[in-house]
Amino acid sequence: MSEIEFLNWVRGPGFQIATIIFIAGIIIRFGEILLLGRKENLAEAKGSEMSSGLRTIVTRSIPDRETFKRSTFTVVAGYIFHIGLFVTIFLFAPHILVFKDVIGFGWPSLPTPVVDAMAVVTIIALLAVLVHRMRNTVLKFLSTREDYLVWFLTIAPLITGYMAFHRIGTTAPTLLAIHILSVELLLVIFPFTKLMHTFTFVLSRWYGGAISGYRGVES
Amino acid sequence: MTNSSTKDKSLKEKTLGEVMRSQGVSRRSFLKFCAATASMMAMSPAMIPKIAHALESARRPSVIWLSFQECTGCTESLTRAHTATVESLIFDYISLDYHHTLQAAAGHAAEEAREAAMKENFGKYLLVVDGSIPLGNPGYSTIAGISNYDMLMETAKGAAAIIAVGTCATYGGIPHANPNPTGAVSVGELIKDKPIINVPGCPPIPVVITGVLTHYLTFGTIPELDHLGRPKVFYGQSIHDRCYRRPFYDKGLFAETFDDEGAKKGWCLYKLGCKGPTTYNACATTKWNDGTSFPIEAGHPCLGCSEPDFWDGGGFYKALSMPTENITQTAVYTAAGAVAAGLALGAMNKRKKNSAVAAHNKTTTDDLEK
Repeated sequence: MSEIEFLNWVRGPGFQIATIIFIAGIIIRFGEILLLGRKENLAEAKGSEMSSGLRTIVTRSIPDRETFKRSTFTVVAGYIFHIGLFVTIFLFAPHILVFKDVIGFGWPSLPTPVVDAMAVVTIIALLAVLVHRMRNTVLKFLSTREDYLVWFLTIAPLITGYMAFHRIGTTAPTLLAIHILSVELLLVIFPFTKLMHTFTFVLSRWYGGAISGYRGVES
Repeated sequence: MTNSSTKDKSLKEKTLGEVMRSQGVSRRSFLKFCAATASMMAMSPAMIPKIAHALESARRPSVIWLSFQECTGCTESLTRAHTATVESLIFDYISLDYHHTLQAAAGHAAEEAREAAMKENFGKYLLVVDGSIPLGNPGYSTIAGISNYDMLMETAKGAAAIIAVGTCATYGGIPHANPNPTGAVSVGELIKDKPIINVPGCPPIPVVITGVLTHYLTFGTIPELDHLGRPKVFYGQSIHDRCYRRPFYDKGLFAETFDDEGAKKGWCLYKLGCKGPTTYNACATTKWNDGTSFPIEAGHPCLGCSEPDFWDGGGFYKALSMPTENITQTAVYTAAGAVAAGLALGAMNKRKKNSAVAAHNKTTTDDLEK
């Protein structure tokens, strides 16, 4: 397989396979959660489920003072790499073209040097969280193979994308193909790992808030 | 040596230097050509006199040019010199013993010319091939009743080296495009025991051919090739890396359509489908039409014509980052299928749950006492 054939494959059939697994996986996971159902709560409601649930979706994004003090590094590094991922995925011009091609509309991009710098910051933040995970005894004990796999498949598109943009290492078609392939691998494992929190955080936060609202306590 | 003293010699006996002088090419312009060639091929200035000497004393090499499944665009490109340049003289100088577009002979006489050239220069002639070779059915493309495959294999036997000209000969090109109805293959896929120089492009840049010929005449060897068999000096850098619009790419300034402000300001054509980032060729530096411009300079994205399978890259106007297939359709069908499967499973589970509830017997104290 020549490098251009490789590139054409990841842009064509490879992308299709990844899309099928990604979409089907997400719907199955959501189906699993939603169809599970909950037993009827026979206790008397002491407040609104809805308002507390909706509020909690937002408020959980802001760490309270105690949490921030206890895990400053986790909160700061976590924020940096999440924002970094958002910027690099959604605000880089060539990426917006992919969304435009699939969903039919695009949005303005950030200047390329800004995205480039953001990618570097995100890579550093992700490396830092790995070091933290491995040096913190409790975290290390709690870490599973999946945690390392997810970490690797998250940082891989950033590194390969950086290399493809700056054309480091090998020929340009190979670099681009490897980058797209790394994204496809991420899409494939996405629904079956903790990466699903990208979507399920809304449900879990709402549910946590709704329970508290029903009981009439602060969430 | 004066013109009159060389007049009597037949063209075949003349050296290149003699031919050039007889054509009125001055020593100065000849050396200029040698210097340009040396710099173009990344050689040291010390090589210039060597190139000059080698070219001056070179004897006409016999060249057999075979055209298979092709459009003659390569020949058009290579023969359309605007002025009588030294480059064109190099073309004139080689003994083009067989080329069915350019030769005067036809039919049996043409084939006899090829056979005679092969016999006379066995092991020494250069074989130039443009066009791909159909393996699906020998009848798809024949010359004088001989299939392309047979003619290539027969002619390649005595060749010193083979130059595959154009994307069809180097990678199969347009005939090889999906679904490849003729089973087209490149020269390199059929011949493994001869040095092959790939000069891809649709068409390739003429100066690349003269560069390769000059190298061959000067050193008697073929230039350094990359992993796809292309001369490194011409295909070492991508269009993107040498593109004068690159600063706009780096800044993220793109033309969105062919007539917007960005297009008028000469911004990057990436969003309009430019394949410059993945295409290795010399267009951005040597340019076309006597150094006038190249496609991107004319406002059109690079098609990537010097890369394998450039025809199957999902469309010329689709940006490189975009998927080549219809992903929207894939996603919608997948979602519909997954929802249907999910609902069916959900309904089955619900039935199971309901029947379990219905079948549930409450345990009483009497049961426990049994």
